[in-house]
Amino acid sequence: MAQAAAANTKWWSGGKSPFNVEYGKLMMWYFLMSDAFTFGAFLISYGTVRMSSNSWPDPNLVFNSLPFAGHANLPLVFVSLMTFILIVSSVTMVLAVHEGHHGNRKGVVKWMFWTIVGGLAFLSCQAWEWNHLYHQGAWWGRNPFPNADGTIASTNFSNFFFTITGFHGFHVFSGVVINIIVTIMAWRGVFERRGHYLMIEKIGLYWHFVDLVWVFVFLFFYLV
Amino acid sequence: MEHQTFGGEVTIPHAAPTDESKKRIYKTTIVLSVITIIELGFGYLLYMTDFSHALDLAFKGVIIILSLAKAFYIVSVFMHLGDEIRNLIMTIVAPLLIFVWFIIAFLYEGVSWKNLRNEYNPKEPVKYEQHTTPAHEGGLK
Repeated sequence: MAQAAAANTKWWSGGKSPFNVEYGKLMMWYFLMSDAFTFGAFLISYGTVRMSSNSWPDPNLVFNSLPFAGHANLPLVFVSLMTFILIVSSVTMVLAVHEGHHGNRKGVVKWMFWTIVGGLAFLSCQAWEWNHLYHQGAWWGRNPFPNADGTIASTNFSNFFFTITGFHGFHVFSGVVINIIVTIMAWRGVFERRGHYLMIEKIGLYWHFVDLVWVFVFLFFYLV
Repeated sequence: MEHQTFGGEVTIPHAAPTDESKKRIYKTTIVLSVITIIELGFGYLLYMTDFSHALDLAFKGVIIILSLAKAFYIVSVFMHLGDEIRNLIMTIVAPLLIFVWFIIAFLYEGVSWKNLRNEYNPKEPVKYEQHTTPAHEGGLK
């Protein structure tokens, strides 16, 4: 059926998309590029402020709790769980896109459903973590965690943490909402009538980008 | 050559997805998981042992490079950017190169700010006073 474009195709001779993508998908790419600059600016300002501080709270001592684990000291465990949830929901999203290529309506709905479940699970984890930190006394303008060298820390740590994970969490939340809308559309056969599942590909790009941003949030807030 | 029309636009479809592409998805999943586990291993190593400052930075550097590898896999395989036309890839990747300058310049600025403050105004290390009781007893290191 479909075949790859020949190597000598004259893309700029007119009559076709020179980038060989549909308009909406191209614009999604450029939106994601601009969003990458927003997140990049956030993370770089965090890095600048952290570099300018003589000491900084040790993430292993701040993020060491797990739901239902009481006061056990478990650094990195909960955030690893959150990371794997997001990776898995990214995989289920690729599988939904894959089924879309084959025009398999049931497959798309099934994998989109699991993607939504993954997104909700991630948001629940984040809600628990924020709530936990809040009850430890951390919030915008409040930071109970001392620096790694034992001195009193500035509020920069919690300000950046809540701003950046909050901005990322808001992206996940919007992603889940759009996923739900698109899944209902797929389920009702809107894309089947349209003849293609490009909408799934576009929201898929957004969802993977959210996963991509988490790779760096995880790296700079929890690991290093 | 067969054409596809999306909303009035003519595009030429990429190679039809096969079971091969599904295999690639699962392979990438495993790669991403393994890299994450290695990163966590390094994270625990940094937590458990008391490395010298240089070794500490070296491990953090390796973790950052591993994360960049993860980013590459997500963008090229999951987001299929690797299958797009080269010109399209360039319009997205080339502007992001500005991050290279952005990161170097701003982190350098941060370090410089710290050094200047320590040299000329060492008595005021914390800008915002806090009156909360600490949640834990300082750092291990």
